[in-house]
Amino acid sequence: MSPVIETNGLVKRYGRFTAVDHVNLSVEKGEVFGLLGPNGSGKTTTILLLLGLTEPTEGEVRVNGLDPLRQPLAVKSRVGYLPDQVGFYDAMTARENLAYTARLAGLRGTDAAGRIITALSRVRLADVADKRVGTFSRGMRQRLGLAEVILKNADIAILDEPTGGLDPQATQELLELIGSLAHEGMTIVLSSHLLSMVQAVCHRVALFNRGRIGLTGRVSDLTSAVLGGAYEVEVEASGADVPAVLGGAEHVTGIAVAGPGLWRVDADADVRPQIARRIVEAGGALKNMSIRRTTLDEVYVRYFQETKNQQEKKDAEAA
Amino acid sequence: MPRQREGSPFTGLSTIALKEAADHMTSARIHLVLLLILLTAIGAVYAAIGQIKATVSEDQFLFLSLLTTARDPLPSFVAFLGFLLPLVSIALGFDGINGEYNRRTLSRVLAQPIYRDAFLTGKFLGGLLVIAICLLALWLLVTGMGILLLGLPPGGEEVIRGLAFLLASFVYAGVWLAVSLVFSTLFRSPATSALAALALWLIFTIFWSMLAPLIASAFVQIDPYDPVSQLNFIELQRGIARISPQTLYDEMTLGLLNPTTRAFGPVFTSQLKNALMGSPLPLSESLRLVWPQLAGMIAAVVLLFTVAYVSFQRQEIRA
Repeated sequence: MSPVIETNGLVKRYGRFTAVDHVNLSVEKGEVFGLLGPNGSGKTTTILLLLGLTEPTEGEVRVNGLDPLRQPLAVKSRVGYLPDQVGFYDAMTARENLAYTARLAGLRGTDAAGRIITALSRVRLADVADKRVGTFSRGMRQRLGLAEVILKNADIAILDEPTGGLDPQATQELLELIGSLAHEGMTIVLSSHLLSMVQAVCHRVALFNRGRIGLTGRVSDLTSAVLGGAYEVEVEASGADVPAVLGGAEHVTGIAVAGPGLWRVDADADVRPQIARRIVEAGGALKNMSIRRTTLDEVYVRYFQETKNQQEKKDAEAA
Repeated sequence: MPRQREGSPFTGLSTIALKEAADHMTSARIHLVLLLILLTAIGAVYAAIGQIKATVSEDQFLFLSLLTTARDPLPSFVAFLGFLLPLVSIALGFDGINGEYNRRTLSRVLAQPIYRDAFLTGKFLGGLLVIAICLLALWLLVTGMGILLLGLPPGGEEVIRGLAFLLASFVYAGVWLAVSLVFSTLFRSPATSALAALALWLIFTIFWSMLAPLIASAFVQIDPYDPVSQLNFIELQRGIARISPQTLYDEMTLGLLNPTTRAFGPVFTSQLKNALMGSPLPLSESLRLVWPQLAGMIAAVVLLFTVAYVSFQRQEIRA
């Protein structure tokens, strides 16, 4: 399978500030790809570069094999875009707003009208189609933005913070919609700073920090790569030297002190039976043990903490 | 590397222009300004008719004097139009681009398969369309009032002069539309761009005629014994005054609606040799007289639009 979106050494500078720093992305057809990172880490700029709405300082972009700078109309007719905090013309109804977009996209007449109805009912806005958008809630606006992407019948949807500012229920609804679009074969690129939310829908993610991509890959691969394991066991015990006891155990990838008599054990499998046996065999008293899968948030925090520490170390050495 | 873009920059142009025009036609802001114009126009023409009826002198161009006759305390119809047309244009254009930023609709619209060129040009053409419709309606209204109340149809030459005046007014309004569009791309806040445009309007319509002699006197010393220095002063003063579109518009209305106007600058006695004083100029001569003014205003429109275009093309889309 050939990638539908590909960037090669993409750089965008604003004056002396580098917003995007040598980003290499490759998104396969039918994939849900997440761009994750805190605000101001270069996600939106990368998206604008993908759409050709801003020019790269260096590097190149290919969308469906086309250059968004030289063939912008061809690219933009195949790509749907939902901007961060999408805006509509408040004085117009939902239907009129979509009709305007449809005309700009080159759809006319009854064909457009039919597709508008389909798109609106798909995002469950059909009953408010003739209400002014000014009366819409944040969640309804986001859904209307998604209806626009559906209306265009786009191959690729680029969604910038699609769940930003939504309540949990609206977020869930929107994610289900995105999931169903992906199921139908639409390639989806979405950006978010809410990592746990993205974990549920994304096949692969790229972690952004200060304009660079730190890590790319499947969520499960990233957790094991960064945290050394996909499981984290909290052990509360007394009367035994837990790090020493668990030192050579199978599957255990790391042990850290989490408090007095409390340890955090990273593992790439469920190792609770071994831990219990070893502590008891060593004569210790096991008081409590809990396990949970690690989330992307922890991967993110841990990974960039490490890079930050390395950076500080380097700076200190340099000084 | 050639940076040739594919696709026509006019894709979507008519869609945007028509949508803009429809928006303006239904906006309360424009309704208010047009109501103001309508009331003043009716008032001025009604007063002029009263004045015309009171005088018994014969006039070959009675219908044109409908537009130019003033009765204290009301100014004439053309004076009103020269004062208020810029206001209409500013109301149409001051939030053209920055309003789209603030409503967060810009990135969504530009993600459709159109060029930025079409967006700005569409905004401008939409505004011009509204101005054209309003001016034509106003002109027909005034003509109708004249026919009804004076009981006299306009002659052929009067109609042509009237249409030429309509064109002049249209271009004059176009200059101000371009001015407000420039400000709407330069400033992010619609209030700032509206104030900037209104400030320029006040300077040019009220203060410029006072400033012109002051500026001229800084460059040319008048020697009471040297007529050439006086002539130089007048020429320079006129040159400076003509920077204001208001001056150009006044001269054009004078040349078109007062057929006896022979020149706008100082005239020497030698030039009046063999002239029949007080006799009207043929239409072709009047048109030739105002042509430089009209060309100057069209040039101003093109120049201002280019400034708006360049500044808009360089702008970042991110809101």
